[in-house]
Amino acid sequence: MPELTYRDAIRAALIDAMERDPTVLLLGEDIGLYQGTFRVTADLLARFGPRRVIDTPISEEGFVGAAIGMALLGLRPVVEVMTWNFSLLAFDQIVNNAAKVRYFSGGQVDVPLVIRGPNGAGVQLSAQHSQSVEVFYAHVPGLRVVAPATPADAWGLLRTALRGRDPVIFLENAALYGTKGPVPDGDGALPFGRAEVARPGRDVTIVAYSRMLLVALEAARQLADEGIDAEVINLRSLRPLDGETLVRSVAKTHRAVVVQEQWKPFGAAAEIAATIYEGAFDLLDAPVERVTGADVPMPYARELELLAIPHEADIVAAARRVLYREGR
Amino acid sequence: MPNRTGRPDDSATSALATDRRSPEHLTSAVAWYRQMVIARRFEEETERAFRRGKIGGYLHVYSGQEAVAAGFLAELRETDIFFTAYRDHAHALFRGASPGAVMAELFGKVTGLARGKGGSMHLFDVARGFYGGYGIVGAHVPLAVGAAYALRYRQEDRVCVCFLGDGAMNSGALHEALNMAGLWGKEGLCPLVLVVENNEYAMGTSVVRSSAVTDLAARFAQYAIPGERIDGMDFFVVRQTAARVIADVRATGRPYAVEALTYRFAGHGAADLFQPYRTKEEVDAQRRRDPILLLERRLREAGVLDDATVARIQEEAEQVVAEAVRFAEESPPPGPEELTAHVYGAPADA
Ligand SMILES: Cc1ncc(C[n+]2csc(CCOP(=O)(O)OP(=O)(O)O)c2C)c(N)n1
Repeated sequence: MPELTYRDAIRAALIDAMERDPTVLLLGEDIGLYQGTFRVTADLLARFGPRRVIDTPISEEGFVGAAIGMALLGLRPVVEVMTWNFSLLAFDQIVNNAAKVRYFSGGQVDVPLVIRGPNGAGVQLSAQHSQSVEVFYAHVPGLRVVAPATPADAWGLLRTALRGRDPVIFLENAALYGTKGPVPDGDGALPFGRAEVARPGRDVTIVAYSRMLLVALEAARQLADEGIDAEVINLRSLRPLDGETLVRSVAKTHRAVVVQEQWKPFGAAAEIAATIYEGAFDLLDAPVERVTGADVPMPYARELELLAIPHEADIVAAARRVLYREGR
Repeated sequence: MPNRTGRPDDSATSALATDRRSPEHLTSAVAWYRQMVIARRFEEETERAFRRGKIGGYLHVYSGQEAVAAGFLAELRETDIFFTAYRDHAHALFRGASPGAVMAELFGKVTGLARGKGGSMHLFDVARGFYGGYGIVGAHVPLAVGAAYALRYRQEDRVCVCFLGDGAMNSGALHEALNMAGLWGKEGLCPLVLVVENNEYAMGTSVVRSSAVTDLAARFAQYAIPGERIDGMDFFVVRQTAARVIADVRATGRPYAVEALTYRFAGHGAADLFQPYRTKEEVDAQRRRDPILLLERRLREAGVLDDATVARIQEEAEQVVAEAVRFAEESPPPGPEELTAHVYGAPADA
């Protein structure tokens, strides 16, 4: 098992797909000559040429739309959005065209399109560059929404995305690009809609995805010091959502804490908690706790930014609450 | 009349194009005349069916604009593809879609072109290269640009036509798409024909009230896309332009835009009954340039159409449309299993 960074796992999956399949091509702002804002596409222009690694103008709606047109004609475009914040300019294309054209055509077309790029809080990038967009897209039938937390996730989920027939919202995280981890030698493709038990435990289930998985795992280590044995679930995929794994875990622990970086109201954690209630209400010994980002646009000041995103201590406190170890 | 944008009037139609055409073209023009008559009859019937409550939702009919789609689709090869907006019934019919399947789609039947899941605005016939009608104004243009790129990327000798309305000319999606089309065209990678169907109105907003520059053809120049304005009421003018432009785009892989001046005779949609934004006189004046009557006159003058043939064609159109309605009426609605079908493709085998 080679160790790769999250960035290189994504890059390796792209290279592998491009070498095998001439219909795979990349589009995005500054992914070619500039080598990509987060260097995920480094050297790919030299390797595959400008017809397959297309530097686009700053026209999110235009190039996402063009990629949908390419996909309708049987190509497999992979769009890099410089960050998911800017995908909002292409929201119409993604929601009204990519997600729906198969359906309203009565199944006459596929849209094998991957849109990828960094999501979530940055480093003091403030309100317009630090959003988590997953709920905007996870709400929409026709889209598949995945959020890898580890290099193995990134590799495996991207391989699956590059084989499917549907538009995939592939949510990376800027803070994860440099993280390292094992990536399987072989195929390693990970099916969508299957969560991973990242750390088995008996006392409480902590559900997380993307960067929050790392925070949750650290919280679990701290809880272990207190004698609390937390099970940590790495969701990997928000649409489809793996309710079975959630229910199976809660059947064992009887308690759950759901963690997300984004705003609390109507967030992913609400959907996850509801899924747990629907499938495991009788098995719960405490109400499900949600640990979320603050309900504010992301502030610039470092002190405020740190207050706006969830930390290990927040998860630890929530776990104690569901275990009635501390006043609610 | 404040709405007018300086278009040809009754008398100023282009010189008789029929004279220079070969006999085959005249025969083919009679066939297209027939298609246009069928499309007109079809649209009249859809309006009736809407009033009868057989068709729900929005219904945008194409009457008055037939020469534009007919002229371009007449010159497309079978392997070529096209996209359009929601005023799409005639485009589907001209491309050879079964009138029954089109009507059934409007009736919301499972035998419809999109299994009753798209309706009037989303006709699709991918097997015939028709990549769909789209409901968000301007937002299908980027798709057509990408599709055109895909054709050249695959080194195929095919072109893509994108029909759009004058209203789409002011949307952001369009401008982003045109810039990329112009850019990619420089590499010969965008065999795209943009056909602006300028019927003067976007719902009730006339071109002069929506566009700072009303010469729409001229506006493509800023994206290195040549554009020309033609009389979209004259089938021969449209068809000759289409032949030349499509051949050029096919040869060069560079986009080209045609603004076809046309007019819609009916309201914007079936609910647009009073049309307070235009006068009856204006509509009547335009009706005197009815593209079907114009073509009929040309073909009579050329001696390839007579009273008997016209009568027969009208009778045939009547039958085709009646048959389409019967098919649509008798077809079953989609079953409940259709509700969740086609949201996703088969999952990737991981
Ligand atoms: C983005 C968007 N805004 C508004 C509408 C509502 N709308 C539907 S059709 C239309 C007019 C479009 O006019 P045009 O493009 O000229 O096409 P035409 O109806 O003349 O064929 C409008 C405003 C829409 N569908 N999409």
